[in-house]
Amino acid sequence: MKTVYARPKLLKEADFHYCPGCGHGIINRLLMEVIEEMDLQGDAICVAPAGCGMLLYNYFEIDVIESAHGRGAAVATGIKRVRPQNLVFSYQGDGDLAAIGTAEGFHAANRGENITVIFVNNGVYGMTGGQMAPTTLLDQVTTTTPTGRDAGLAGHPVRICEVFSQLDGTSYLERVAVNRPAAVVKAKKAIKKAFQRQVDGAGFSLVEILSPCPVNWKMGTLEACEWIDEVMVAHFPLGVFKEVPC
Amino acid sequence: MRQLMSGNAALGEAAVLSGCTHYFGYPITPQNEITEYMARRMPGAGGVFIQSESEIAAINMVLGASAAGARTMTSSSGPGMSLKQEGISYLVADELPAVIVNMVRGGPGMGSIAGAQSDYFQATRGGGHGDYRTVVLAPASVQELTEVVPMAFDLADKYRSPVIILGDGILGQMMEPVDFDGLVRPPDYDKSWALTGAKGRPAQSIYSLIFDVKLQEEKNWKLQRKFRLIEQDEVRYETYLVDDAEMIVVAYGIGARIARGAIKRLRDEGKKVGMIRPITLWPFPMKALRELAKSVTDFFVFELSAGQMVEDVRLALEGEGHIHFYGRPGGVVPMPVELYRIISRHYYQAHADGDRKQP
Repeated sequence: MKTVYARPKLLKEADFHYCPGCGHGIINRLLMEVIEEMDLQGDAICVAPAGCGMLLYNYFEIDVIESAHGRGAAVATGIKRVRPQNLVFSYQGDGDLAAIGTAEGFHAANRGENITVIFVNNGVYGMTGGQMAPTTLLDQVTTTTPTGRDAGLAGHPVRICEVFSQLDGTSYLERVAVNRPAAVVKAKKAIKKAFQRQVDGAGFSLVEILSPCPVNWKMGTLEACEWIDEVMVAHFPLGVFKEVPC
Repeated sequence: MRQLMSGNAALGEAAVLSGCTHYFGYPITPQNEITEYMARRMPGAGGVFIQSESEIAAINMVLGASAAGARTMTSSSGPGMSLKQEGISYLVADELPAVIVNMVRGGPGMGSIAGAQSDYFQATRGGGHGDYRTVVLAPASVQELTEVVPMAFDLADKYRSPVIILGDGILGQMMEPVDFDGLVRPPDYDKSWALTGAKGRPAQSIYSLIFDVKLQEEKNWKLQRKFRLIEQDEVRYETYLVDDAEMIVVAYGIGARIARGAIKRLRDEGKKVGMIRPITLWPFPMKALRELAKSVTDFFVFELSAGQMVEDVRLALEGEGHIHFYGRPGGVVPMPVELYRIISRHYYQAHADGDRKQP
């Protein structure tokens, strides 16, 4: 019998703490698959965030360091400047990268740090219970936008890929999603490409991943996946935003 | 070879000679010469210099570099140190070595850019969130930096904890003759805990989040045991003319330099005044002060602040002796003659009070 799928060896035999229908589990699995396929388990160092992704060291069979909220790109910079031969990536949510850690992410990108940022955009603060994120859509209801996000009061959803694409230091930026099997395959390819570019020394790469958060979106799991295609993608179009030839 | 150098530049050179390979910093007066020196010096020394986008980024780059096993440093002053406190708390919790320099300027808020000693509380009480202390070293001369800097890197590695060098704007800016001949690079410590990639060993991780409060308490007690060990083994101080003293001045850093001038004048007049100069502000030389209190009744605390170290002197003396205080906050630097007059008055008053010495 042919094995068409197996749990990546680098994913520990631990139960995910993620909520039903959450995209983090898929993204975690993709990362370990890619690192395994690229044979980089001995080189990879992951910087985990504050947020739903903070327990990555419980799941990843690679070296992991926890970062203070938003500081992932700065911590990754420190590691990479000591160990340029390693694969160094930060895993950051939308609050982490697009609110409290904007400066660190922006300037790591602008310096062209040869690191990769895995940016999980689910449009909401998951771990703290569903408050507004910088990426929350207009009119989207969260616990801190009870009548929907009002641009006059809370500004507009931040498009990280578009903003970072203006920075000369960035080498590869792509926005993908993990709401459908075909999208998951694309997401995996994007992660692999980003890591390969880092291995090749091309400079800063970032993969933004639209990820469902049904519990905080107050939706069913299927409905959440559909909402990404029907609503979220309109503001956060998928695709490659930058690919500097290398 | 003796050369004329500013305290800031000498600190940078001492760091390089101590094996510091990664420096991350953000400009702030009065410590810019450290950042500038490292920008010039690091590339030639095979090290890394990055001018970060903020003090917050700098301390987190330090955290990353330390986690990867490097000997690393950042430097700042007042407002920038406030920003670094989050990272320092994480360094302590993650048990990561690092050296953080604060060339103190007048505060609070934007304050002034003149030298001051008003960040004593912040440095010695932990400074960030959580239950912790950091070693705080207070050099008093440019030459002493060549001892304090390698000591800071050594203690950081030895205890796997951040160490603060608490200088001030005057020490940073003033030029003095200095030689590095006696500087010995601290030994390398085992850093098998560092994150280097799981090659030939199981994956490992560094984190401070422990949801289980019982385990979090256990981790806290582990840190506290380390702090007790540091208190026991790492106290450093210098005494000056204490043998026959009837009054002991307690001063550190640049304050001790000023006090020394005042004491010389007092001694010229036959006033028996000596000094104890803490070199480690934490751990504070509690025992040494209690010992002195056996034969001396009057302690005169002098600081370039409204009174911060004086609280540690009170704690150390446990009600023994009389504590006199003089401080100038905000960046004002009194001349030795000013301090001499103040101490003289207190000295007379102490004696007018009758002989306070216990038989």
